[in-house]
Amino acid sequence: MPIKHPNLQLTRLTDAVPTWAGEIAVENLLEICQQVRDGGGRLVALWGSDARKLRGGFMLHVTLINETGLVCLHVPLPEAHPHYPDIACIFPAAARMQRATYDLLGMHAEEAADHRKWLRHGAWHSGSFPLRKDFDAAASRTDEVEDYPFVQVEGQGVHEIAVGPVHAGIIEPGHFRFSVIGERVLRLEERFGYTHKGIEKRFERMSLQQGAKLAGRVSGDSTVAYAWAYAMAAESIAGITPPDRALWLRALLLERERVANHLGDLGYLGSDVALAFGFAQFWILKEQVLRTNAALFGHRYLMDCVVPGGVAVQLGTAEKDLIEQECLMLEREVATLRGVYEEHAGVQDRYIGAGRIEPKLAAQLGLCGMAGRASAQAWDARVQFACAPYDKLDVRMATYRNGDVAARVFVRFEELFESLRLIRQILVNLIHEEEATPALEKLPPNGFGIGMVEGWRGEVMVAIHTDAQGNLARVHPHDPSWQNWPVLEHAVIDNIVPDFPLINKSFNLSYSGQDL
Amino acid sequence: MYQIFKQILKTGIKSETPPQGDESLRVLEQRLQQDILDVFGGALAIRMVDAGSCNGCELEIHAVNNAYYNLEGLGIKFVASPRHADLLLVTGPVSRHMEVALKRTYDAVPEPKLVVAIGECACDGGIFCAADAGENYASCGKVANVIPVDVAVPGCPPTPTAILQGILTAIRTAT
Repeated sequence: MPIKHPNLQLTRLTDAVPTWAGEIAVENLLEICQQVRDGGGRLVALWGSDARKLRGGFMLHVTLINETGLVCLHVPLPEAHPHYPDIACIFPAAARMQRATYDLLGMHAEEAADHRKWLRHGAWHSGSFPLRKDFDAAASRTDEVEDYPFVQVEGQGVHEIAVGPVHAGIIEPGHFRFSVIGERVLRLEERFGYTHKGIEKRFERMSLQQGAKLAGRVSGDSTVAYAWAYAMAAESIAGITPPDRALWLRALLLERERVANHLGDLGYLGSDVALAFGFAQFWILKEQVLRTNAALFGHRYLMDCVVPGGVAVQLGTAEKDLIEQECLMLEREVATLRGVYEEHAGVQDRYIGAGRIEPKLAAQLGLCGMAGRASAQAWDARVQFACAPYDKLDVRMATYRNGDVAARVFVRFEELFESLRLIRQILVNLIHEEEATPALEKLPPNGFGIGMVEGWRGEVMVAIHTDAQGNLARVHPHDPSWQNWPVLEHAVIDNIVPDFPLINKSFNLSYSGQDL
Repeated sequence: MYQIFKQILKTGIKSETPPQGDESLRVLEQRLQQDILDVFGGALAIRMVDAGSCNGCELEIHAVNNAYYNLEGLGIKFVASPRHADLLLVTGPVSRHMEVALKRTYDAVPEPKLVVAIGECACDGGIFCAADAGENYASCGKVANVIPVDVAVPGCPPTPTAILQGILTAIRTAT
């Protein structure tokens, strides 16, 4: 049992990742959060749901993680003025999640330091809440663009640089407000929500299968991680385990996704310091991986390859050889390129010390995933909560203490080599006969399940609630970018403005994944 | 430096022949004069706007810059400001929160201008919009609901070849 509290009854879910869930009274929420925090635990996700029809009132859901596993707390809130105590004072990462939960459901975090809107910009009225079941889209519509009060920095010589939402490169939209003196950044404030397209509301009218496709498009660069987390949540509710071969293939796809993304990022981390050679070389390698994906699995980014119940791909012996050869080629080429990066004085001069997050600050703010590991936050779901088939793979976690751009580049290189090693291990283990994957058609009624997968960026979580008919009542996808975006604001302090693109790229966070 | 030159020589030239334009992708009748298009043909500046995509289409737009597709080799490059652009490449669905920014970006592009919508969602709202409504509370649906579109390229996401083909279709008149 991961948490002990006299008023908390936890039930173990039949989940691939060790997960417990239980209901607590709102009075006990802070106490339990503090207990998890004191034990070295973190906040994974916070979201709400409209339970007025089902049992009355609203429900707050808080997922915490410690070394034992995941704990999902369900906190019932009253229908009139649903409110709960602010937990951002314990987990700073909760702040934006609480603001988003207010915008979407009208659930209020009392005593919170920041009550500004987050996902609502003015497309719907304040006082109407899209994720409430009785939300009337037409009546709530407005074309007003509401003002957003940025924090002002005052003093002699301070000026602001406003960037976005349309950015100078090929990037997702978001707004960055820099307060600077000369070149030096005093403060950065982020404003997101521009790509909010109503994903969570959309899930509520979808079948399980359509939902799988949508989950795979929450953040396109992490499609395998999302599709797997969604499938894992659904399988947990249905109480089934996919066939061994399907699980091995999922791990193969997930590692290939990690390889492709790390290759692309390493290329851009070259061009961002004016080493065009790096971009050219790494993107040749990435393109080769994508072409192999298209040839073997039918999609360059592996969308829709993972489905609830199993996988929608096959792999024969000849194809296995092809992947094996590609891994050997990549190991060789990446080793050469790593040598170039490490010996290039100009590159290292830009990397070392830029955008540093000390381990202590990382722990305090809850920095997670690949960026967290570069600041000595040794969390990797493939290691701590190794679900099948990772329990047979013995993943070596890559960590580094320096927390700067150089550290995040280092961790990417290490993880790239580790993924290539894992892929070859997976191929060795893919010996089972091709099994017909029993498609998961429908979920049992009134179920709740969670899936968590270590995507290339960090831990991707999907929670599914089903209604009395077994339809999707509420689906909440959670991207690690929720945790990591606020940390970027700290990473750029005291750096110069021209280093921001480099620091930003070294985190490479998702806008779509957190705007939903 | 030696390692860099050695690697460049070993890698060789990866660039492939660009695809031909495809007139079936054209949405609007060509709004531009032939002679202006001839001017664009060799040196086109593109401003890319993500108006609410899942970032899948952006991955492929990045890829057209790699050595295989070698966009810059065709005289086409991405620029940092709409004021420098001849063509807007827009991914979607257009979120309500990006509607104003997209319109303003479009207005900031000097005439004559072209718009190419990239991806399933930019073409018809895609998976994010209900088939009956075409939009939802947070989304305006396809790009053409917000600004005029010349060429629309479907695909989830469209391949770099399809994106290239869409761009080339936009700048070449029907023959």
